[in-house]
Amino acid sequence: MFKWFADLVTYDLLRLPKGTHLADSLNFFLYDVPKIYFLLIVVVFFVAIVRTFLPPERIRKMLSHKKEFVGNILAAGLGIFTPFCTCSAIPLFIGMLESGVPLGVTMSFLVASPTVNEVALILLWGLFGWQVALTYIVSGLTIAVVSGLIIGRLKLEKEIEPFVFQVKQVKTDSKGTMTWKERLNYAVEYVKEIFAQVWLYVMLGVGLGALIHGYVPVDFVTQYAGRGNPFAVLIAVVIGVPLYSNAAGTIPVVQALIGKGLQLGTTLAFMMAVTALSLPEFIILRKVLKPKLLLTFFGTVALGIIAIGYLFNLIF
Amino acid sequence: MEIKVLGPGCANCQDLERRVKQALSELNLEAKVTKVTDFAEIGKYIMMTPGVVIDEKVYHEGKPLPRVEQIKTWLQAVGK
Repeated sequence: MFKWFADLVTYDLLRLPKGTHLADSLNFFLYDVPKIYFLLIVVVFFVAIVRTFLPPERIRKMLSHKKEFVGNILAAGLGIFTPFCTCSAIPLFIGMLESGVPLGVTMSFLVASPTVNEVALILLWGLFGWQVALTYIVSGLTIAVVSGLIIGRLKLEKEIEPFVFQVKQVKTDSKGTMTWKERLNYAVEYVKEIFAQVWLYVMLGVGLGALIHGYVPVDFVTQYAGRGNPFAVLIAVVIGVPLYSNAAGTIPVVQALIGKGLQLGTTLAFMMAVTALSLPEFIILRKVLKPKLLLTFFGTVALGIIAIGYLFNLIF
Repeated sequence: MEIKVLGPGCANCQDLERRVKQALSELNLEAKVTKVTDFAEIGKYIMMTPGVVIDEKVYHEGKPLPRVEQIKTWLQAVGK
């Protein structure tokens, strides 16, 4: 269907001759953009429906007093369905600890939630194929689980600002279960919101890809950050951490990097560094975490990302 | 009626406050609207910002933001 549309516009409507760079690039663009938009709308809609069954209240109950490991895996898994913006990091942290979610489990959630989500999955899938998407998801979850486990083991609870434990949740009546009409409404609103955030990045990403697809055959980044450079992953993470963006925002950059011959591991490490760790989050988390715990958290996650980067560079 | 809009001050929270005020004026209702930005205070009620609390009861938390029509139904329910 998407192929038919792209061919119709490129070869029949605009009458571009097959095999030229311009026709190839345009065809690629017209095929990929509607395809990714379609995937986004469908998948985000279904994830939103799932989310209506997982309000923060329920997640908190599911994770409270969970044993390590099981708790970490569950937290990372739930993180897929519940993205939060940086402003929510603190209330989320307070709410979880207050209801007895262990520190390490909370950290697993804080890492998984911004890194691994349906938008990242679809964009990677649409642009680079399901292998890359799956690799990204699995490694993101692994980092979330492992860094949460490590922080849990280090017994750093005393490195949390004391006011966190003094917050007492106001008991409010539950809003009751949503009706299906409300769930559908919520999903529609959510799709609109995500689409408004993401559509431009998708176009930029695919546009860059189309340019590379049609025009740029030689690689240039490879010379500096490619196979020959043992520090490539390290450099990617150092550049990625201070940058602040969501998964969608990194896509155009990632597209450009892969197109120019950067290795998969390096590229994934960059993307994770941007989404999992950011300067605004670092500053905002300082309000609840003392410096030692904050640095341990960022250090552990950064090391995890670097390790994953090198691992995939070795494999692929 | 006492309304609290919870959020540290990002664009979403400001938008939500605007919607609450719009809902109030469309219904010709008077209410005290307080903007809560202190994290300890926010953490008492919700885990996902932004949020709306009316008379100490949580009506909304997180994104996407509720529509003005939705907020109006809460206000009408509480106002009676």
